Amino acid sequence: MNTKINVTINGFQLEVENGKTILEAANEAGINIPTLCYHKDLCIAGNCRVCMVEVSGQKRLAAACATPCEEEMEIQTNSLKVRNSRKHIIELLLSEHNADCTKCYKNGNCELQELASEYKIMTQDFLRLAPMKNYTIDQFSPSIIKDDSKCIRCQRCVRTCAELQGVNALTVAYKGDEMKIATFFEKAMNDVVCTNCGQCINHCPTGALVERNYIEEVWDAIADPNKHVVVQTAPAVRVGLGEALGMDIGSRVTGKMVTALKRLGFSSVLDTDFTADLTIIEEGTELLNRLRKTLQDKDTNVRLPLATSCSPAWIKYIEHQYPELLDNLSTCKSPQQMFGALAKTYYAKARKIDPDKIVSVSIMPCTAKKFEANRPEMHDSGYRDVDYVLTTRELAIMIRQAGIEFQKLPDNKFDRLMGESTGAGVIFGATGGVMEAALRTAYELVTGREVPFDNLNITPVRGVDGIREASIKIEKPLKEWAFLDGVELKCAVAHGLVNAKTVMDAVKNGTSSYHFIEIMACPGGCLGGGGQPIPTSPEIRQKRMEAIYAEDGAMPLRKSHENPEVLKIYQDFLGEPLGPKSHHLLHTKYIPRERF
Amino acid sequence: MVASSYQLKRADFIFKNDNDWERILDKTLKRPPQELINELMSSELKGRGGAGFPTGLKWKLTAEDPSDEKFVICNADEGEPGTFKDREILSKVPYKVLMAMAVCGYVIGSSKGYIYLRGEYKFLVPELNKAIQEFEYYCKEVGHDFSIQIFLGSGAYICGEETALFESMEGKRGEPRNKPPYPTSNGYLGKATVVNNVETLAHTFTIFKYGAKKFYDLGVQYSRGSKLFSVSGDTPKPGIYELELGMSLQDFVHEFGDGDTKAVQVGGASGFLVPRKRFDKTTIGYRGKLTGISLPTGGSMMLYNSSRSMYNVLDNYLEFFREESCGQCTPCRVGCQQLHSGIKAVKRGEKPAQYLDKLLKLTETMQLTAKCGLGQSVANSFSSIVENFREEMIY
Ligand SMILES: Cc1cc2nc3c(=O)[nH]c(=O)nc-3n(C[C@H](O)[C@H](O)[C@H](O)COP(=O)(O)O)c2cc1C
Ligand code: SF4
Ligand code: SF4
Ligand code: SF4
Ligand code: SF4
Ligand code: FES
Repeated sequence: MNTKINVTINGFQLEVENGKTILEAANEAGINIPTLCYHKDLCIAGNCRVCMVEVSGQKRLAAACATPCEEEMEIQTNSLKVRNSRKHIIELLLSEHNADCTKCYKNGNCELQELASEYKIMTQDFLRLAPMKNYTIDQFSPSIIKDDSKCIRCQRCVRTCAELQGVNALTVAYKGDEMKIATFFEKAMNDVVCTNCGQCINHCPTGALVERNYIEEVWDAIADPNKHVVVQTAPAVRVGLGEALGMDIGSRVTGKMVTALKRLGFSSVLDTDFTADLTIIEEGTELLNRLRKTLQDKDTNVRLPLATSCSPAWIKYIEHQYPELLDNLSTCKSPQQMFGALAKTYYAKARKIDPDKIVSVSIMPCTAKKFEANRPEMHDSGYRDVDYVLTTRELAIMIRQAGIEFQKLPDNKFDRLMGESTGAGVIFGATGGVMEAALRTAYELVTGREVPFDNLNITPVRGVDGIREASIKIEKPLKEWAFLDGVELKCAVAHGLVNAKTVMDAVKNGTSSYHFIEIMACPGGCLGGGGQPIPTSPEIRQKRMEAIYAEDGAMPLRKSHENPEVLKIYQDFLGEPLGPKSHHLLHTKYIPRERF
Repeated sequence: MVASSYQLKRADFIFKNDNDWERILDKTLKRPPQELINELMSSELKGRGGAGFPTGLKWKLTAEDPSDEKFVICNADEGEPGTFKDREILSKVPYKVLMAMAVCGYVIGSSKGYIYLRGEYKFLVPELNKAIQEFEYYCKEVGHDFSIQIFLGSGAYICGEETALFESMEGKRGEPRNKPPYPTSNGYLGKATVVNNVETLAHTFTIFKYGAKKFYDLGVQYSRGSKLFSVSGDTPKPGIYELELGMSLQDFVHEFGDGDTKAVQVGGASGFLVPRKRFDKTTIGYRGKLTGISLPTGGSMMLYNSSRSMYNVLDNYLEFFREESCGQCTPCRVGCQQLHSGIKAVKRGEKPAQYLDKLLKLTETMQLTAKCGLGQSVANSFSSIVENFREEMIY
């Protein structure tokens, strides 16, 4: 029922859809109402109370975010009563807050700070409660820092972790003045089911949850004349970095990013997209092997569906929640870790550099990659494969610190050897991208023909629905793949761990008939990753997604198996897909973890 | 104080042992639901546990809701310090409450009732379950489909607030929800739900047995019927008393005071403090044109004599709120801390006396913006104590 109702906001008459909240109606009318606990990705909490407005005839103020419009409602968003209350509430929040902005990581990108600045809260009339509290800072995780002294208890993180991720690592503990956001038994973040996805960071309005940053470590490495610092950049970074540096949302800045990295002083600027293409070759081969063993050899020990393994938050999630399904995971490392292992072997050898002197840095849209790089098994090169992981946001900070006017930079190309990529590698950054890239290659490998989709765009796996299914019928395969003749390859794509849960429950119960599933921990895939620019919203992610597919469309090569550098590395170094060298450097094992 | 003006009227309905509940239930279930709603509406019974919402209207709204499933919940969380009237009802006349729940189920179209019982009242469970079994058996006999289950609360005061109560029953943290939507359409499990206080339900028994008029004839305009009061503090006769509404506080103190009553806190922590000079101007009842004061919660009457420091009284209330706030919303969570620490700072001379005015303004904001009744009503005790006993706050 899309009936319309009439409301008056600040004297303006306005027709809105029945069911809209006062906040939505006001936004439609171009009137801004401050919010803190509200977030477009999440359900309504209505707990911060900064969005209070006056409704004629009502004794109390109404929370604009939580109150639906009613016929003939008369709303004031800026009356004296509203303003006084709002100021009080901001003052109250600040009184509980360790408001030491100059020493805060979120200085300049903080919703509380913005509000305080907007309302010019210059004095502190109320008592300062913050010093009386025993606030703690949890710095044990390699990915996330949780500083309770910066928390305004809006519960956005709690809702994020529950509603988007289904992880529930963060909950509300205690009541009254002791109410706080806590993990299970208040253990450290690295000691609980947290997947390090960083979605809570992306949704936190303040500095209470931030990434653990490695900016200084990277500057030190760059400044060290004895080090050769290689950097790799993930697909989604090139559609987020511009945004973090003041450009339009969805700006494609690949060339500028390369230039900036060179100017920052990295010895070699390479591309994770290269190992994304490599992943497709390895994982595609793995999929076809498993299909052959199952369908042709009737081997019942082989697990299907095969699940992608490039999202490290997803990996930690399945290790905790579905340890019995670990064999469904592809053994492929994430492109970041493949790159790391190759940087200190293949690259070092080709460039004749002592791997001991190589510092390998990666720029990721992701905070879970920090944890992943830190996993003890990720030392297959004989060294720590990836030394430092920076988020898109950290890179933006370095670029600013270096005084680079990003928007004015000329374009540049990645360095050779591990810098070439295809459109298939780029779309790894969007949900459905790995699936699409894998299908482009696998179908062609099996049939000798291109995937039967217009311009190679496998649109059924694209989009934003939490779970998408597609199937591709294999007809007239090459002789070697005759067992696949007439087989309908069934695929599923899920993003956001809460959707992964639905898919995995089906796999666990045996009710799924999928052969291949792609799972990305973050909403939208890596483009909505926990290391991407803040804020995030469905609209913002949509723009980044369009940019990713535009980037793919503009690439001369669109299929991973056509990447010349990928062909070369097999020829010169790896041998064949899933061969012994690949196995050693590009594949990994998983660890069952506890459910709590 | 002139003896002739003495007007305190005792009543005796609630604890009267009406051992004919089977007959009353039979009779009531034969009447059309609309007629029962009209009966309740004309009795003008208002909720005895919370904000005094008209009970008949609550049942009517829930009856009219198109929800496919509905629930009846008896709120027996009774968290107000010093109150135990609901406990007394449930141990002495449980069948009145059970019957009222079944009738409510009949009226609104629900076959499932819950008693949300305060955790500390766990000892009541065996007896109560026995009564429920007997009652359910009887319902089956007469072909009325209604079952009742006890849900033990977690012990948090806030879980008595109806929407926090739903959350708690749903296995979540006891935090009040946004309103609207109201329980009459979105209650337990998102379904239309009637939540009534134990005493409210017991009164409906009286109304269904004796008719609305009997009830209506008690009390005064806007405040009809009788009510249980938990009398405590500086009184020679603490206890539970059923009194007609509409009495003046003067008469109340005459009956229950120790001769040296300085002030009475009406309605517990969320209520108001009335100083001696206003005893004769204060009528105990629901807020209406004639009465001077509302009766916000379960009927707690706390008497203070001149040996009491009103600063300590307020300090205790604020400490209670500071700890019992669920902590989710800013004005209540931080406001309570500011008020509590604030009066201490004034007392110690760390803040000037005028700081009390700033705090009074803050309580106005809390009243305007807090998410639920707890935070909204802190202003009641704070302003009534600070305004009437300002010197005691400072010196
Ligand atoms: C903080 C808070 C605590 C409450 N505790 C109780 C309680 O213990 N018992 C109760 O019946 N109502 C309590 N209420 C009121 C309920 O929310 C609700 O209004 C009441 O149960 C409705 O029943 P009534 O209409 O019969 O009074 C409380 C309200 C608030 C705001
Ligand atoms: S969280 Fe925001 S308001 Fe708080 S110190 Fe950091 S920047 Fe300042
Ligand atoms: S950690 Fe951030 S998101 Fe979570 S409650 Fe605190 S301020 Fe809100
Ligand atoms: S990083 Fe992800 S899993 Fe961990 S607490 Fe945050 S949202 Fe939850
Ligand atoms: S007013 Fe207090 S008790 Fe009520 S929701 Fe807010 S914090 Fe919780
Ligand atoms: S934004 Fe509405 S209450 Fe927080």
